[in-house]
Amino acid sequence: MRSTTLRLRDSVTLPVEAESISPDRFAGLSQEEVAALPLLYGRRPVTVGDLFVVEGADVADIQVGRTSESASHLVGRASDGEEILLEGDLSHVKRIGQGMASGRITIRGNVGMHLGAEMSGGEIVVHGNAAAWMGAHMSGGVIRVRGDVGPMAGAAYPGEKRGMRGGSILVEGSAGPRVGERMRRGLIAVQGDVGEFSGVRMIAGSLFVFGTLGPRAGAGMKRGTIVALGSIEGDLLPVFHYACSYQPAFLRTYLRHLRGWGLPVTSDHVEGVFRRYVGDITTLGKGEILVYDRRQ
Amino acid sequence: MHINGVEIEDTFAEAFKMRAARLLITAINPQWAMTAAQVSTGFATSVIACGCEAGIEGVVPSDVTPDGRPGVSILIFTMGPKGMKDQLMRRVGQCIMTCPTTACFNGLEGEEWLKIGGTLRYFGDGFQASKLVGGRRFWRIPVMQGEFLVEEQFGMKKAVGGGNFLILGESVEATLGAAERAVEAMHAVEGVVMPFPGGIVRSGSKTSSQYKFLHASTNTAYCPSLRRQTDSALPEGVNSVLEIVIDGLDEDAVREATRVGVDAACRPGIVRISAGNYGGTLGQYQIHLQELWK
Repeated sequence: MRSTTLRLRDSVTLPVEAESISPDRFAGLSQEEVAALPLLYGRRPVTVGDLFVVEGADVADIQVGRTSESASHLVGRASDGEEILLEGDLSHVKRIGQGMASGRITIRGNVGMHLGAEMSGGEIVVHGNAAAWMGAHMSGGVIRVRGDVGPMAGAAYPGEKRGMRGGSILVEGSAGPRVGERMRRGLIAVQGDVGEFSGVRMIAGSLFVFGTLGPRAGAGMKRGTIVALGSIEGDLLPVFHYACSYQPAFLRTYLRHLRGWGLPVTSDHVEGVFRRYVGDITTLGKGEILVYDRRQ
Repeated sequence: MHINGVEIEDTFAEAFKMRAARLLITAINPQWAMTAAQVSTGFATSVIACGCEAGIEGVVPSDVTPDGRPGVSILIFTMGPKGMKDQLMRRVGQCIMTCPTTACFNGLEGEEWLKIGGTLRYFGDGFQASKLVGGRRFWRIPVMQGEFLVEEQFGMKKAVGGGNFLILGESVEATLGAAERAVEAMHAVEGVVMPFPGGIVRSGSKTSSQYKFLHASTNTAYCPSLRRQTDSALPEGVNSVLEIVIDGLDEDAVREATRVGVDAACRPGIVRISAGNYGGTLGQYQIHLQELWK
């Protein structure tokens, strides 16, 4: 397995369309061929080598972003694929890892929109913040963000029926509005707060929020689960009805699994009683918001 | 060959190819997990009349179960793959789902997969929901107590059933005591169950009968009370015989359980250890007693 390091030459202020920066695109290419891959800088076609210093390295030298064993089943062929290490302020660099199916991307710094959108496998680790539409339409793999993520993480693009369809998004910071919009399958876990309309029009899947659940969560959701382990901003929407307080058996299993990934799941969470609210009753009404209540 | 003065007969147990599944049952406390395990392995002594053979493999501590609750592992054996799904559906649906607070997890990386939770889910009448956790799909079936969690698929693998040995003793008390010690020791072996009551069979059978409507009948050669009426396999001084039947996930597990069990059974009051076979004509495996210590 080969590792390639891309170091931003100069800060960029115009948007860079960088879907070429993907382990699948790098596979089998020489360093020079990687440097020749096309990018769009504003409206101007450029190459990877124009904006980045490209360096190859033995993967054994790269010690960051290793896939944990427990997450390896989600990453697919990550261990067999390419590894890309990106350094610099990439806030304006968009679509990194878009559509990737294998390999690993480690980003040291902030990164722009559409990171890992439509990815189906592999792993992306961001040691910084990620902008909007991260993991939109993703169907597999893992995205880990040490910082915050912008709006619409794991969501569906406008006009599309389904957002995230598999894989996992793990955010150590907070997430912006509409996280998991139209999510169909998969996991989003946010250790901080989430903005308004989280899980809006959710079809299935699971969204865990350890911080504050923003207003209007789950609006229009058909199925799926939103788990509020922290506080709730305001009241839940009136289209969610209280059902009961109980210990969902699946949640113990799920939370223990998340704890194995290093998420801050406490014994109180695992042993806890949750209030179950079902809704959105204006749609199918088979979604749920589980609100942590107390330890049994 | 003798162990602790007990003769080990130069014979072999004849064992058969079977299919096995392993279920991990968890519950709110060890008592309810064990209750579900006992009920779901009930009426599962002989595959001929019960449809399967099943038993409790062991207690699983809460720190290693998927949901962190106390668990019990059970093994279920059938003669072929066709009967396994039927048995699992009946036993998970009627014995585990009905038992308060339980959840049911697959415990085997199978060679084949059976859709159990994925079929039982319809009990939820449209309100069932699935969750994919760690690559494993679970079904949440709403029940009056709350939810029943069951894994969608259960693994099934080729296994070995019908391993056995016979304990020939001087008295009922001595023979039963030896059998109890054997079963207790054998529970330490992973991947085996002893499906009969308490792990012990008192009514071993032969594969023939004087009655046309019966395929099997009491093992007359080992009935002490028939010693002078039939061809007896019992030496003088033997007044009670008990059998321990062993089903295991593989041949090595059955061999090891047999060795451990025979070792534990060889105690005062026991005359001979033997084994049941059909002359080597029916089973795919022969477990020669005397070779277990080589």
